[in-house]
Parts: sequence; C-alpha cells; structure tokens
Amino acid sequence: MSRYYTDQHEWIDVAGDIATVGITDYAQGQLGDIVFVELPREGATFDKGDDAAVVESVKAASDVYSPISGEVVETNGALEDEPALVNSDPEEDGWFFRLRVADAGELEELMDEAAYKGFVASL
Amino acid sequence: MSSQDDIAGLEEELPLEHLPLDAWHRAKGARMVGFAGYHMPIQYEGIMAEHGWTREHAGLFDVSHMGQLGFSGEGVDAALELLLPADIKGLEPFRQRYSMLLDEEGGIIDDLMISRSGNGAFDGAAIYMVVNGATKYDDIGWMIEHLPDEVVMNHMAEQALLALQGPEAVEVMAQLVPGVAELFFMQAGLFDWQGVPLWISRSGYTGEDGFEISVPAEAAEALADALCALPQVKPIGLGARDSLRLEAGLPLYGHDLTPQVSAIGAGLGFAIPKRRRTEGGFIGYARILKELAEGSGTKRVGLRIDGRLPAREGAPIFAGTRQVGEVTSGGFAPSVGAPVAMGWVSLPESAEGTPLEIEVRGRRIAASVAPMPFVQHRYRRK
Repeated sequence: MSRYYTDQHEWIDVAGDIATVGITDYAQGQLGDIVFVELPREGATFDKGDDAAVVESVKAASDVYSPISGEVVETNGALEDEPALVNSDPEEDGWFFRLRVADAGELEELMDEAAYKGFVASL
Repeated sequence: MSSQDDIAGLEEELPLEHLPLDAWHRAKGARMVGFAGYHMPIQYEGIMAEHGWTREHAGLFDVSHMGQLGFSGEGVDAALELLLPADIKGLEPFRQRYSMLLDEEGGIIDDLMISRSGNGAFDGAAIYMVVNGATKYDDIGWMIEHLPDEVVMNHMAEQALLALQGPEAVEVMAQLVPGVAELFFMQAGLFDWQGVPLWISRSGYTGEDGFEISVPAEAAEALADALCALPQVKPIGLGARDSLRLEAGLPLYGHDLTPQVSAIGAGLGFAIPKRRRTEGGFIGYARILKELAEGSGTKRVGLRIDGRLPAREGAPIFAGTRQVGEVTSGGFAPSVGAPVAMGWVSLPESAEGTPLEIEVRGRRIAASVAPMPFVQHRYRRK
C-alpha cells in the first residue's frame, strides 16, 4: 500500500485499484474542532480536483477535493455519528471515502510523505 | 481542502497592526488572524475547550481592538442625545447602557456601550463609550461631523481593553481588585490595581457574569499575567467569543446588524427608552417612530436547526417555496450541542415555533424560530 499527499492537505492510500481518502493531521489542526462531515454518495464519480466532501468546524466550512479521478465505492459512516474522529484520528479511523481509481497515472503528480512534510514545514 | 469562509467573514487583506498584548498572545500559543485591522488571537487550545472553560470557570479576552472614546465639554449629554437613541441625560454616574449609532434612514451604523464616568473620574471624561473595532474610525468620523465644537471627543488609543467572563470571574477579579464584587450588571467604576487605574464595568459579550476592564496599554500585560496566574482563568480567543455570544443571542455588528437593519427589526427596541421614543430628537428617529407604530417588515430571530449540519451567514431561509429571510450568523453551539443560527425573517414568519427551512449547499434543512438566548444569561442583576 502506498500513501500520497496533496497540497490541499488530503492523504490518499492506494491498495490495488481502491484509494482511501482523508485529511491530514496538519489539516485537522488548522480546522480545529470538527462538528460535521458531509460525505459524497456512493456511486458518485469525480474528476481530479472536484469538490467531494465538506468538513465543518466550529468556525467554518471547508471543501475537501477528490485528489484523483474515480468512483466512490464506500464512505465512512462513522463520521456521521462522530465527526470528531477527524480530529482524534485523522489519518486512520477518520478517513472520508474510498474511490475506485480511474487513472493510476494521476498518482504520480502527488507528493510522498517526505515531500508533504517538507511542504508543511514551508508553510 | 480549502476554507469556504473565514471566521464569520472577518479576516482582511489590509496590512495589520499589533495590539499591546500581541507578544503575550503568541507566547501563550495563540493562533493569530487578521481581525478588524489587527493581529488577534482566534484560539489557543481550541474553540470548544475555550468555550466550555468560559461557561464553567473564567475566560480572559483581549478586546483591545475596540474603540474606546471619552466625551467631555459643555452640553455633552444633549449633543450625544442627537447621535444616540439612549437616555443620556438620565444616565446616572457609574451606570452603563447599550446603545447604537443610527444613520439618517434609521439604519444601524454601530452598536456600542456608554457609561457615565462620575465627575470625570475616568480620564476626565463625562461619558465613556466603547464601539466596535472594525467600525471605530467610521464612527469617529460620523460623530465629529455631528458633534458641536464645545464637545471634545478623545480616542483613548493608549488604553487596552480586557474582558473576564464566566461564573468564576467575580471571585478572580475580587482577588485583584477588592470592591468589584459590589458592582451589579451594567454598573461601572474606577478602581486601583497596584497603582494602575482600571475602569471596570460588570458587563460582557458571552451571556455570563463578568467584567470589562479598560487598562493603560503599558500595564495590560502585567494585568493579563496576574489574572492568568489564577487557576480559574485561561485566555480565550475570538473563535469562542463568537460562539459564546451567538449562544447568548447577542448580535454581531457587520453581520446581524448593518445599515440595512433597523433598531426595531433587530429587536433592539429595549435600548430606546420611552422619553426618546416620544420626544425623538435623534438621527434616524423617523424610521423608529414609523416602525414602532406599524412594525418593521422583518425581524431578527433565533433559529434551532434539526440535525448536525450548521447553517452559516448568508444561507437563505424558506417557508415552503418562498424565501422569507437569511441567516446572519450561525454555527455549532458547543453548550447547546447542536447548530443554532440567528437571522432575519419577514414578520409573519417570526413567531416562535414557526417551521422553516434553510438552504445549505443546495440542501434544505429543517429549522424553527426559537427564543433567544439559546443559553440562559447569568448576569448579576440587582
């Protein structure tokens, strides 16, 4: 399994043709206390960069983009009851949705962990 | 990921100035944002934790961005009664009132607090006024235009302003300044803290008991340190200030109150006493008189929202297919445990319990008109 990152602070784990998407620990720290997550519906298809989800913190609503193109095959229902999972475990249990990867070539444009760490350090 | 809107739409592009406690906030781990032209702390440990702390203990807020103004000179009361619909002439020494500046059409230019400094006890001023930070320079310009030459307005830019809010605020403040516990809600006085003069009023913007403290800028850090050295006190950022005031049903200028909103429609008629309603003699009176007689077309109301999706400023409000209003501020209310909102609706839809719908990102969510405050006020009244 490989993990990639975007400059919009999403992470994406790829196993076979299925990709799991969430927001990074840095992102949840910036957002603060999360009170609601609006997830996409299963079966929705996204192009890379499309609005895919919305995360509401106490202070504001923020869009989450689809880091790659694909079809939504699963969403994390646990976030409906416990949106704060995104704060407490952003990069594991606080995942948002899973996509069937449409074009594996898009992954090459994303950052690996070292590159993302360098990117965050530069902010 | 990107933010759709900043905190209540308050961040700005202009070069920002630094307030007296700037370094103090940073040393306390604050995340700083631009607000009303200044670098200000939006949060320290997190909005939910800070909100809860203020409701349970005592939170220290730096509101030094607000405009502190002193008025003196012959005829100052009469001159201010032209600008404000408040009873200035009847304002007793060391008493504070909520009021507002109205434009010629009766729209709200700003909302504010005024108090009478007994015998010019505070900085030689007869009347002390606190206006909003984002509007203070416009307010000053407006008042210069309308005040006679005999009245002197002093912008007290050398004063910082702190607020200590919460059920434990009184025991904390009384440790530093014996005597403040005697004040009731909306009373004020000049006190001494280690040789530093403090103008302290029992008031605030959270719905809790507490104090607002005007302190010379050079003593602000020492006072903030002395307060935060006590175990009941933590510094609280603007984020929690906004969620606390929303729960308390208190309007925010520039959002819930604007020049398009009238005092009556905004539900601020309580701030216009009988003599001023009858006699008038203040800018914007015609509209007040008309709306007192005929009602305003719209009304500011509280809204309870079903589910967990917050409705925020700008969200349209519907009764069936008709748009009947708009959310002016909203968000998750930590002490309520659910989203709440404030907004204007047309008069027929303003009755408590009226079922409405709010549109959020193309989806309709169920809401109903609810009484405010959402969390009971805990002021110390006489």
